Amino acid sequence: MTILALDWFLLIEKLILIAIIIFASLGIALYTTFAERKVAAILQDRPGPNRAGPFGLLQPLADGLKLITKEEIIPTHANKWLFILGPGLAMTAALMTCAVVPWGGTIDVMGHQVDLQIADVNIGMLYVFAVVSMGVYGVMIGGWASNNKFSLMAALRGASQAISYELAMGLSLIALLMITGSLSLRTIVEQQVGHVWNIVYQPLGFLIFFICALAECNRTPFDLPEAENELNFGYHQEYSSMKLGFYLFSEYINMFISSTIMATMFFGGYDLPFVTSHLSSPGIAAIVGLVVLMTKVVMFIFLFMWIRWTIPRFRYDQLMNLGWKKMIPLALANMLVTGFFILLKQNNWHF
Amino acid sequence: MAITHILFWFLTALALVSALMVLLSKNPVYSVLWLVAVFFAISGHYILLNAQFLAIVNMIVYAGAIMVLFLFVIMLMNLDKETEPQKDIWMKIAGAVSGGCLLMVFVSLVKQATEMTGKEALLKTGTIGLIENLGKALFSDYVVPFEISSVLFLSAMVGAVVIGKK
Repeated sequence: MTILALDWFLLIEKLILIAIIIFASLGIALYTTFAERKVAAILQDRPGPNRAGPFGLLQPLADGLKLITKEEIIPTHANKWLFILGPGLAMTAALMTCAVVPWGGTIDVMGHQVDLQIADVNIGMLYVFAVVSMGVYGVMIGGWASNNKFSLMAALRGASQAISYELAMGLSLIALLMITGSLSLRTIVEQQVGHVWNIVYQPLGFLIFFICALAECNRTPFDLPEAENELNFGYHQEYSSMKLGFYLFSEYINMFISSTIMATMFFGGYDLPFVTSHLSSPGIAAIVGLVVLMTKVVMFIFLFMWIRWTIPRFRYDQLMNLGWKKMIPLALANMLVTGFFILLKQNNWHF
Repeated sequence: MAITHILFWFLTALALVSALMVLLSKNPVYSVLWLVAVFFAISGHYILLNAQFLAIVNMIVYAGAIMVLFLFVIMLMNLDKETEPQKDIWMKIAGAVSGGCLLMVFVSLVKQATEMTGKEALLKTGTIGLIENLGKALFSDYVVPFEISSVLFLSAMVGAVVIGKK
């Protein structure tokens, strides 16, 4: 069946995949908020949310219901269209990144080979980068359209922080690229299956990437855009109801996605060492891979939370100094050292 | 009509409408946002031409970095249509006429170009825009211009730092 010269099975397959991934991201983000409160509670030696449902498991649903049923307020002097556009953009940018992540191997559905990945483009890593840099718009537009000086200050802080840390992030990725020789995330994972993970070659690169990911997600110690003792509530101060929910949610989705990217690029993605390369059935390998990837992601999310409830916030000048004067030179040095070793290896370890 | 044609016309319409809106919006912040939409449409065209690297770099550099800085400056200056001096009607007419003349020159150039007559854009084919081929071309055939342009960027950076230190 070819109408419009389209492969309809491919279209439906991709649509289903997109729907699953978007709903899964939303669900995971929902329960990340719950996990955050529980982790905070454990670290601060208190029980945390435990009223709604068994162990408080229904708490995120209650929170969501509360947000939806609250009154929508658009301030009189706010720019109405941009005020609505801001949270939408933040959410869109957060959800778009997952398009290039390989969630597992290939499974067989009714005689068709289905990759557990929405799009295997040969510029996957750059795509992630482009979408991450789009995320700034949500914050900036929302902050400016609110017509509130605290919101504007927070939005400017957020944007300048994101731009500063994107540089070091990109440089740390270039070093990784020189090793993998490919920008496609699936190729990067497949190179790691059955071999050592990239973290062994790029420990410093991973550290820089991790710190920059913290800054990009506006997580403590880099949560200056919403430093409540300086800026009341940050760039989403004027927001209420589900528009506020979108901003808060997109932050958790960003956290989930950056954990996925880190697991994919430095920790072997869906690879389980000594097991994945020996699994003969591709279906089982895909399911095992998905579980393994999710385990890695959950560990990273826990690390994010652990850091948030342990380390105090940076001052703004400390943040900029760390970004420009420490991270970027360190990333450059990492790149040079990596290049040196690659050349040495090509020369069979002779000078 | 193949899907690429539909996409081509959609992206073309999007690019033209957004470009017009850049000029017609009264609020400079809207203009910047429409310009971002133009860059997205152009990136879409690059992808149709199978130049994925160009598409994504266009998005990272222009939509992701340069436009954010534009937005920064415009938001901080807080330009408003009430306080901003409006050009009078004669200036607008003169601008439209001279812009139209320039457009006519471009159109006649394109129509006269013998290389382009009777040819269609090669959609979804060609590999020159892929990152591997582009990298090989840049670092073998065009390595000297490439390195010289990087020196140019370095000097611009140093200049910015010097001005910022004052």
